[in-house]
Amino acid sequence: MEQRTPTLRSVAWLWFGISVAVLAVGFRQAIFLVPTDAAQGNVGRIFYYHVPIAMLSLIFPYINFVASLFYLYWRRRDPLKALTADALALSTAEVTVVYSSICLLTGMLWGRATWGIWWTWDPRLTSMLLLWLLYVSYLMLRSFSSTGQTHTLAAVLSVFAAVDVPIVYMSIRWWRTQHPAPVFGGGPDSGIDPSMLPAFYWNLAGWTLWGICIVLFRFALERRRQLAEQEAALQAIEASLEIPQ
Amino acid sequence: MKYLQHVLDHLRKDLRLEWRSRDSINGMLFFSLLVVVVFGLAFDPTSYPTMARQISGGILWVALLFASITALNQSWTREQRNNVLEAQRMAPSPASALFLGKALANMLFVLAVEAVLAPIFIVFFNLHALGNVWLLALILPLGTWALVVNGTFFAALGLRARNRELLLPLLLLPISLPALLAMVQATTGVLTADLDSIQINTWIKQLLGYDIIFTTVCILLFETVLNAE
Repeated sequence: MEQRTPTLRSVAWLWFGISVAVLAVGFRQAIFLVPTDAAQGNVGRIFYYHVPIAMLSLIFPYINFVASLFYLYWRRRDPLKALTADALALSTAEVTVVYSSICLLTGMLWGRATWGIWWTWDPRLTSMLLLWLLYVSYLMLRSFSSTGQTHTLAAVLSVFAAVDVPIVYMSIRWWRTQHPAPVFGGGPDSGIDPSMLPAFYWNLAGWTLWGICIVLFRFALERRRQLAEQEAALQAIEASLEIPQ
Repeated sequence: MKYLQHVLDHLRKDLRLEWRSRDSINGMLFFSLLVVVVFGLAFDPTSYPTMARQISGGILWVALLFASITALNQSWTREQRNNVLEAQRMAPSPASALFLGKALANMLFVLAVEAVLAPIFIVFFNLHALGNVWLLALILPLGTWALVVNGTFFAALGLRARNRELLLPLLLLPISLPALLAMVQATTGVLTADLDSIQINTWIKQLLGYDIIFTTVCILLFETVLNAE
């Protein structure tokens, strides 16, 4: 662990720098280079932030789900690996809450500008809010119950929460919603003008890199906390073994 | 067959416990009655029959949801006395049988509360259903099961947590929202006759799908929760 840290740290800084650079390019593309949307004007530029972040806020829950399943599998077989999976599950859950909050907020801003209302109870919005609520309650559970048992309970809750993710994804395909129909892979009319694609891809790449960066940072932090906890537990056991003379 | 026997044993034990104390049914009944009275005072439903029809489905289900949360918080606590839960963990019967027995017992309690609550509700809210009332015989059990199956599961999940009474609603409410939406929409559709039968059928199907998915997940994961260390 001690030898690897400097290399890891420089890789992390490099990753951070690259994601900031890609985000800067994406910002320039989205705000200055893309032609103004014919129907919405400059408000349409929120598309380049809202859509990539919404896509990512549906991807991180899956990582959380898979990590939780691995935790449940390794729980008895290999507790140390299980702790790694648990740290990954925690970090992705936190990033999910951050990304889905941003998605909801940018969506509300956009809705206010184009629909005239901040919020409407249509299936896509409702199921996204539900996703946010579920992962907030996941974090609540982790902070509420005593350490040691939390991991299993949280992993179980994550399986429940994961049921909602496909519903969010399919909601604009199953129901006719006020939220626009799928832009990508929806049907013959879907897709966007080629002039908009570079800005979209740069922002998607930027926010993906940034999200992975936060996940890894949070993961490393959680791992450090776990190792410190193990160290403390070990010292407590050793101290209890010493026979008082 | 043996599995069914285990489930029935657990169910019988829970029913007997409840029969001797009657605290959770009485608590639920009085609590949901209070919710109905409070909403009745707040909205004055007898003067506006149309509005009463539109809101009463939602109020009924919210009252039942809150009432079942109060009872579910207690339902595992009685197993913790005298280390009964530890004995059940060591028993040769599968853990999911324990869960199913408990969930069925809770379901029966909530259904009993509904049977008492429904006439009171009709009187206080001056209700006169315009749609096909018999559909409620399908919607009420399905909706109750949706609340109870997850509620029993999450009550077990919160057993080892600090401030368990607060944790259960925090977990149960977000999980129950899709079911709550489906049952409120279906009930309101029956009461107001605003929805046609196809729309009501869709809501009932969604409720059924929700029940199937979450019952499966609960049964699969219950052993993990029971033995969580």
